[in-house]
Amino acid sequence: MATEERRSGPDGVETVDADDVDAADILGSAIERREDPSLLTGDAEYTDDIQLPDSAHAAILRSQYAHARIEGIDTSEAEAMDDVVDVFTAEDIDVPGNLPTAWDLDTLRTVDHPVLAEDRIRYQGDALAVVVAEERYQAHDAVDRIDVDYDRLEAVTDPETALDDDAPVVHEEEGTNTAFDWEIGDADETDAAFAEADHAVGIDVTNQLLIPNAMEPRAAIADYDDSDDELTLHMTTQNPHVHRLLLSGVIDHPEHKLRVRAPDVGGGFGSKIHHYADEALVALAAKRAERPVKWQATRTETYLTDAQGRGHETHAELAVDDDGTIRGLRVDTAANMGAYLSTFAPAVPTYLYGTLLSGQYDIPAIHCEVSGVFTNVPPVDAYRGAGRPEASFVVERIVKEAADAIGMDPTELRRHNFPDPDEFPHATPVAMEYDSGDYDKTLDRALDLVDYDEFRERQERAREEGRYIGVGLSCYIEACGLAPSELVGELGAGAGLWESGLVRFTPSGTVKAAVGTSGHGQGHDTTYAQVVANELGVDYDDVDVDEGDTDALPQGMGTYGSRSAAVGGSALVQSARKVVDKARKIAAHQLEADPIDVEFEDGEFYVAGAPDRSMGVQDVALEAYLAHDIPDDIEPGLEATTFFDPDNFVFPFGTHVAVVEVDPDTGEIEFEDYVAVDDVGNQINPKIVEGQIHGGVAQGVGQALYEGAEYDENGQLVTGSMQDYTVPKAEHIPDMETDSTTTPSPVNPLGVKGVGEAGTIAAPQAVVNAVVDALEPFGVEDIDMPLTNERVWRAAHGNGGDS
Amino acid sequence: MERDITLTVNGTEHELSVEPRTLLIHALRDEMGYTGPNVGCESSTCGTCTVHVDGKAVKACTELAVRAEGSEITTIEALNEDGELHPLQESFQEEHGLQCGYCTPGMVMTAAEFLEEEPDPDREEIREALEGNLCRCTGYQNIVNAVETGAEKMRTETAADGGTVEGGD
Amino acid sequence: MYPDEFEYHSADSVESAVSLLAENPEAELIAGGHSLLPTMKSGLASPDALVDISGVDGLEGVERDGDSTRIGAMTTYAEVADDDQFWEDATVVAETAGEIGDRQVRNRGTVGGNIAHADPASDLPGAMLAADATVHVHGPDGGVEVPHEDGDTASGYVKKPSPSSGYAMVGVAARLTLDGDSVADARVAANGVMDHGTRLSGAEDALEDETLDADAVEAAGAAAGDDLDEYMVMEDQQASAEFRLQLLSVYTERALEKVGERAGAL
Repeated sequence: MATEERRSGPDGVETVDADDVDAADILGSAIERREDPSLLTGDAEYTDDIQLPDSAHAAILRSQYAHARIEGIDTSEAEAMDDVVDVFTAEDIDVPGNLPTAWDLDTLRTVDHPVLAEDRIRYQGDALAVVVAEERYQAHDAVDRIDVDYDRLEAVTDPETALDDDAPVVHEEEGTNTAFDWEIGDADETDAAFAEADHAVGIDVTNQLLIPNAMEPRAAIADYDDSDDELTLHMTTQNPHVHRLLLSGVIDHPEHKLRVRAPDVGGGFGSKIHHYADEALVALAAKRAERPVKWQATRTETYLTDAQGRGHETHAELAVDDDGTIRGLRVDTAANMGAYLSTFAPAVPTYLYGTLLSGQYDIPAIHCEVSGVFTNVPPVDAYRGAGRPEASFVVERIVKEAADAIGMDPTELRRHNFPDPDEFPHATPVAMEYDSGDYDKTLDRALDLVDYDEFRERQERAREEGRYIGVGLSCYIEACGLAPSELVGELGAGAGLWESGLVRFTPSGTVKAAVGTSGHGQGHDTTYAQVVANELGVDYDDVDVDEGDTDALPQGMGTYGSRSAAVGGSALVQSARKVVDKARKIAAHQLEADPIDVEFEDGEFYVAGAPDRSMGVQDVALEAYLAHDIPDDIEPGLEATTFFDPDNFVFPFGTHVAVVEVDPDTGEIEFEDYVAVDDVGNQINPKIVEGQIHGGVAQGVGQALYEGAEYDENGQLVTGSMQDYTVPKAEHIPDMETDSTTTPSPVNPLGVKGVGEAGTIAAPQAVVNAVVDALEPFGVEDIDMPLTNERVWRAAHGNGGDS
Repeated sequence: MERDITLTVNGTEHELSVEPRTLLIHALRDEMGYTGPNVGCESSTCGTCTVHVDGKAVKACTELAVRAEGSEITTIEALNEDGELHPLQESFQEEHGLQCGYCTPGMVMTAAEFLEEEPDPDREEIREALEGNLCRCTGYQNIVNAVETGAEKMRTETAADGGTVEGGD
Repeated sequence: MYPDEFEYHSADSVESAVSLLAENPEAELIAGGHSLLPTMKSGLASPDALVDISGVDGLEGVERDGDSTRIGAMTTYAEVADDDQFWEDATVVAETAGEIGDRQVRNRGTVGGNIAHADPASDLPGAMLAADATVHVHGPDGGVEVPHEDGDTASGYVKKPSPSSGYAMVGVAARLTLDGDSVADARVAANGVMDHGTRLSGAEDALEDETLDADAVEAAGAAAGDDLDEYMVMEDQQASAEFRLQLLSVYTERALEKVGERAGAL
């Protein structure tokens, strides 16, 4: 298998101007992003930047409480205010208004999720009423004048408590807070493995609730044309087509009369996948007012309503022999689903979690049980990594504990259980078949970069001086680019997970590419153009990429789960190849040769053995549209669309190592080093890969050390602003050293794997393992995330830090 | 009750009528169409609304439009001159110091003012200078690289001009 | 995000500010606005009227006046922190001003506003106490008067910021006057720990007349919380009272180490 190493220090991969790259080298070059000048000069157009003539502004009244019966809503004072255009509540709308869940499980209790609460509030962000006013300040003024009569109920926010018999029930009609029970793997085989193994190691881990915090709050503008019933939504979305389909049902508007468009989108991290009440309410408001209506969430609203991530309470046990051989893994997880089932929520703690519990290891028997639990917090759904960080955290924490328990170096225990590179594809006992991998390679490289061999000695010397340094490893596996559609359908998806890509030559020889993914910061315009230019042999600048508009593109599935390059990029490759095939026939006709004899290289068609009989593909494009002289059995035009449905997921992997120093007197943690060695398959643009790793690691470090949604006993969010919830700042994130190996994926024509989530999946356990390692002299075995200074100090002083 | 005020933005005088409570950021974005600076929070934390007021980096969400009368306001829209990117804008592109771009106008404006004061900062000083600007995409490393590189470019330009450091405003 | 409506009055002199306040008893003064506007945006404050003193001449500046320096109420933190002479004259106050908030906040937030708002987690209260500063609340002579340090005096500030807000979970300001190797006078004060800035008499007592060495610093750190009413120690989501006291002890040591180094004693 081809393997190539690419090294970068803190300065990182060096970028190049696309003009300085030979066309033949465009794929794989770290060219500067073409989207940057607009973003850097204020020319970018985010949703709230759009000002349509005669726009009104919407504001949404949210519940004051996490759990309550609604006795009455009095909107009269708000309605009477000057400049208020409209006020409406649940009783004023006559559409289905029920947000769907697009993933089913056998035991799933599907509950209603009304866009406006009717008689009951189930979390603090639940929407109660919509105000439309001439200006945004006035809309918010009017929201404050709506009087709601609540009958407060007891709230429950953590999933384990919610499963108690006397816990408040979130959905009364269900009589239970259990949203589903799910299992994977073989319980009997796992029991047998434990019975035979030399040791069993157990851990309890909390994977705390996180708030995604895309810098751009969610927003939508609805523009309705009564004369032809056309409704356009400009909105912060990661998947316009998915939003269009779901919204069409929610507000009962024909899908073909609905256009969803993503302008520039300021980050998502999963939070802009889901269908929220808000976009439906804005759409309804515009239809009622018959004028454009704009809504932008305040940051407070995003804290109360953006789907949160993680929220697991897990007990795990590992069966391991004296020699380090892992025999079995048993996992029991209570997963917080929040108050309602968000769009893809049921998939996250099940198929995106249980299936990854084999990690990088050859584990003969695994059994995992998950209870999805309703609580009075916002819906919990995919947040960067979605299920896979939770799985990797369990595996990498328990492997470290097992190594400590049997007195083995944690790197050796890991290595001992890696499948060999020639054992791929590698089937796990939790339904996955890993496409390709060479796990020693990333581990070796990472250990080398941190001088692991020297580290223990250095650690010993430091301890003698009263300094506590530690090293933590994370050998992670990720599954992304979920596919094929038939399989995901069997698993419960209410959608296929193919992607569409259109490649169209214009008559003058330039190229339009259109993809059904929807980037929101990843640099798709650049990377897709690299892919298409490479396939067609045309100049990079001659390729333009369109994304994020249901009216301008073939049907698409969107950007999430690190799928865009692997699935969307592959769709473009296939379309480009179809275009080349057609162009070849036209070229052959023009060159008076048999198509079989016409070769294609670097944008030129030529007759084999007669290279002077040639024709550029861009000239062929003109001929295709002139259609004066093309073969009889060929239609005019030169374009192709592909719906690419991969045969399997792709499986990026890698090793991250954190080296930290901990001050036991203050709990303060300093990074000495952070090394990330990732294998994401072939790289289309190494600089963008590096940026994704950096950003992913930053969110992982955020989870490890700083972040967490905290609720009080009434279900009120305590960390409800950026003053209270730590979004890491520049001084909180260490300089990282990134490196990579390349093990191409066999399941797509680009050989790419996916990189958007890798850092977030890998980082938390590297950091936690490092801190625990540093505090080993204090007998510390575990500390719950986030590792706040106080928790670390308490752990080091044996007073409740690992509570 | 609205008030008539005159604001000078990027060298242009704008007459507008605002309520006293109108925040500068909303006057810039909604009334005058300067949508470069963004709104990312309401707690004066994220810095995505940063503009220059009389040459100083200021969070435009934490100022009233009526109080900005008589000041020179500069937004990201005016940082580049004559169609050429400012050296910092160039370096953000070269170093991949942005992804979704939402924090970028504020980040660049803070960095530009900081470099006026400290033309040759080290990495720690850069990280400190940017503590009022949050980014959720980049992990900051390439932003720090961009500010380092931008500083170098600005120093070179200054040396070439044979004079004092010239800023973007 | 959206402040409630209010009446806006702009004062052009101290006198007009005073009379506007008298005419509008519910009005709040707005200086830099960096404490007030965030609370108005979050809905925690909703004043009927604001009296803006940013247009009043003569309230801004760092003026050396004999043995002390006067800081005008409308002086921004950045102006204080960037004043080289003031760094020499009253290190702890200049250093603290440079630690407040972030760059943009320091460009706009004012010393007068900070002191009037009296947020216990703000940085200035400790420094003001350590520097033995005097606050003049009214009139053309208003502002903060900070006595200068002489050649035997050194001072400094360290803080443990909240990672989210940047406010001080604990901040310790110290000013030591040495007589040879020994501490002739110690002023040590903290913010973020109690609901107001507070002198740490335990630490001061542990230092005075002692030789300034590592042992004295450690003893002062250990004694930092001794005279504080432990029931009054702040406790919130950021840190328990117990942990604040632990931080207080460590940060007192760090502050004294810094000052000791500046004094050439450590």
